[in-house]
Order: sequence, then C-alpha cells, then structure tokens
Amino acid sequence: MAASTECTTVLPGDILTDRVNRSGSKKYKLGPGLTVQSEDVVACKCGVLKSKENSTFWIDNHQKRYIPAKGENVIGIVTLRAGDIFRVDIGSNLPASLSYLSFEGATKRNRPNVQIGDLVYAKLLVANRDMDPELVCIDSSGQSNGLGVLSTEGFMFRCSLHLCRKLLSPECSLLRVLGKKIPLEVTIGMNGRIWLRCRSVSETIGAMNTILAAEYTSDENIPSMVEKIMSAMAGY
Amino acid sequence: MEESQIREISCEQSVLSKPDGSSDFSQGDSSVMVGVYGPADVKQNKEILDRATIEVIFKPKIGLPGVREKAMEKMISNTCQAIILTTMHPRSSITIVVQVVQDAGSLLSCCINAVCLALMDAGISMKCMVAAVSCAISEDGEVILDPTLKVAQVASSVMHFAFESKEKDVILSSTQGMCSPDQYLSCLASCQEASDKIFTFYRTSAERRFSKT
Repeated sequence: MAASTECTTVLPGDILTDRVNRSGSKKYKLGPGLTVQSEDVVACKCGVLKSKENSTFWIDNHQKRYIPAKGENVIGIVTLRAGDIFRVDIGSNLPASLSYLSFEGATKRNRPNVQIGDLVYAKLLVANRDMDPELVCIDSSGQSNGLGVLSTEGFMFRCSLHLCRKLLSPECSLLRVLGKKIPLEVTIGMNGRIWLRCRSVSETIGAMNTILAAEYTSDENIPSMVEKIMSAMAGY
Repeated sequence: MEESQIREISCEQSVLSKPDGSSDFSQGDSSVMVGVYGPADVKQNKEILDRATIEVIFKPKIGLPGVREKAMEKMISNTCQAIILTTMHPRSSITIVVQVVQDAGSLLSCCINAVCLALMDAGISMKCMVAAVSCAISEDGEVILDPTLKVAQVASSVMHFAFESKEKDVILSSTQGMCSPDQYLSCLASCQEASDKIFTFYRTSAERRFSKT
C-alpha cells in the first residue's frame, strides 16, 4: 500500500470534502471509515486518514472486530457440519458458510476431510451487510492456491486487524527479518488471526511475541526489536 | 468571582483485552470504565432487520442495578442511538457495558463521555461524537459546571446535557429540581460552551494515540 506520507488523525464527524477534493482528481473511491452525508465526505471512525494515488481514501485504525469484505483471505474455525455446508466462525457478527464442494479436488463422492474445530484458510466470496458471508477454498480455476484446511500442528492466536494489514504490506520487513532467525510457516488472515508453525514450542512462543510486539514498532526499529527478543530467548 | 470549569479529565483507551473497544475515563474524582462489544452476534428475539441493536448495561459500584440504573441505561442508549450509524451493521448487536468505579458527582455526563471514547476505540461507525456536561444551580442562583456530589446535594437543581460535535446540537437533556426557563437556557449555553473542552480533549488524545504508528 503506497500510502502518502501525510498523516492526519481524523475523528467521527470530521468533514473531509476539502481534503478529498484537494487531490485534484474528479473521481475518488472511499474505503472503510468514510461516508457521504448530503454531498459531504464525512469520517465515521477515529483513525488516520490514508490515501493511495490521490484517488482512494480510507481510515486506518486499531480495530479488533472484523467486518467481512469481499475477496479477503481469512482464517476461520469450523463450528458445525450441516449437510452440504460447514459453518465457520470468522470473527464477524454472523458465521460464514463454506460448501464442501469448494475444496480442491472435492466431488460429491470424494468429500474433503474437515472436522469440527479445524482451522481453514479461505477466501470470502460473498460479503455484504445484509447476507451471511460465504467462503471458498479454491480460486476461479479450481486450484487451492494455498487455501484449505490448516495443519493441526500449528498454533493460532489473535491480534488487531491493523497488525495483520501491517504484516501483509510489502513495506513491512518483520517476517523477512524473523524468518532468518527462526524457520517458520505463517498464515495471516485479514480477520485478525495468525496461524504459526515453528520447530519447537519455545520458538513458537518467541515468534508470537515478536509478531505481537511489532504492532507499535516502526519499520526501522524492527531488526533491533527482533534481535532483543531472540537474545532473551537464547537461554531457553 | 472565578468562573467554574469542568474538572480535570483523563482517559485511557484499549484498557481491556476482551472487548472490541474500551476506555477508562475520569472527570475529577468520578471515574467509569466502559467496554464495547460489536458489531456482534445478536439474539433472535432482539434482532432488528435493518439496523443494529444497541444494548447498554450499567453496573453500579456496589449492589444490584435498580430503577435509577435502568434510567441511566435508557438515557445512555438513547444518546448512542443518535450518534451511531446503526444502519451500517444490520442484524447485529452493539453491547456497551458501563462500570462505575467512583461516583463523585456528574456521573451521567462522565458515563456518556466514556462511552463515546470506547465507541471510537472499537471503531464503530458514528455520525459524529458526543460530549456531555453537567451543571448545577446553587441556592443563590449561581451556575456551577461539573458539580461534585457535595455541590449537587445542596443545589436547587442539577442538569445534564449531551451535545453532538458537528453543530453542537442538544442530544440529551435531563434535569432534576426546579429552575426558571431563563436559568435553564443560561445553563444550556454555558454547558454548550464547556463541551468544547471535551471535544478538544478527544482530539488531542486521538492525535497522541495515532502519532505512534
């Protein structure tokens, strides 16, 4: 995300029409946290106003609750098997549904092996405020492409949505730096859940603490922060 | 005569780990803690098809909630109803839990301010912000802003007002005791003026919070 360097903190009710028009472009897209009320662009969340290419605007904040958005990859917990579909908890207000046919290679005869309590990494196919969210574990060509059931040998923990976005942005060096110290396998869901697998329990705990500590660490301080945690871990 | 002012305000957000948003707000010696859950799952019988259900749970410092607490809950939930964009999250619930830590006067306005900060922390979509100010009219007709319990006990009337941040319009008005229409209007005007201090506080605390990232 090539966000502009200008950072302005906005509060709910702030009128941002001038700020949006100043960018020059006639057409603009409004992302989460911005609404239009009687021809004015108004902020409806508290956070930092960010923009991309001066035509897309959104508000970045430290929210914990996930609001489903179409096309995002999330980690869900299978809570129920009801006939043709699985009910999956993705942290939103409504549970998502996942058809057993939307796995790679699944047919009516060859059902995927999914148990209650399993973690699935899936893409949101349907997400709007009036309908139940719907998940799939395949892309449009029928390939899994990394989606599917996550191994039970891993460990999942929760974090803020902002941290997930930060880790997934190409500018964030944390996973590259951490990967050189500890070999790890990581899956990040946009719904504030991270699944992690390392060689041992102590490495898993160390990696988790490093990831959680990165939320309020700026990018240039990340290598020293990782170094600090790794040296503290060395005794165990 | 020195003009009365709102007592010292302080706040900490994201104090609790379980709720989606929380705040610990104190105004003088009055202090409340608020947790916000939402947009979350809603019980079938409370579900509203086109907007979110707002539920407020008010917990007194000691004992069980009674009629006074129920009245507070209703006033807080009506205020929230006016500022939250409930149509953004249909068929969900927004639960607000208010725990009184210390009541040293102006409790209602303290609660509303704390709720507003917790809602901002939770990232709930809102039309605007809200700030509440209390005032009292003493025996000799003087307007005292943000009264303490002692002042409120001897006052001839106590009023609470909540204002929205855009036009400073009144969202909530609650009065106890007797006063003349002129006194009411002068109280309203001085509270409206004092609400600026709270809105400035919201802004500075948000700016400080987001300067770290």
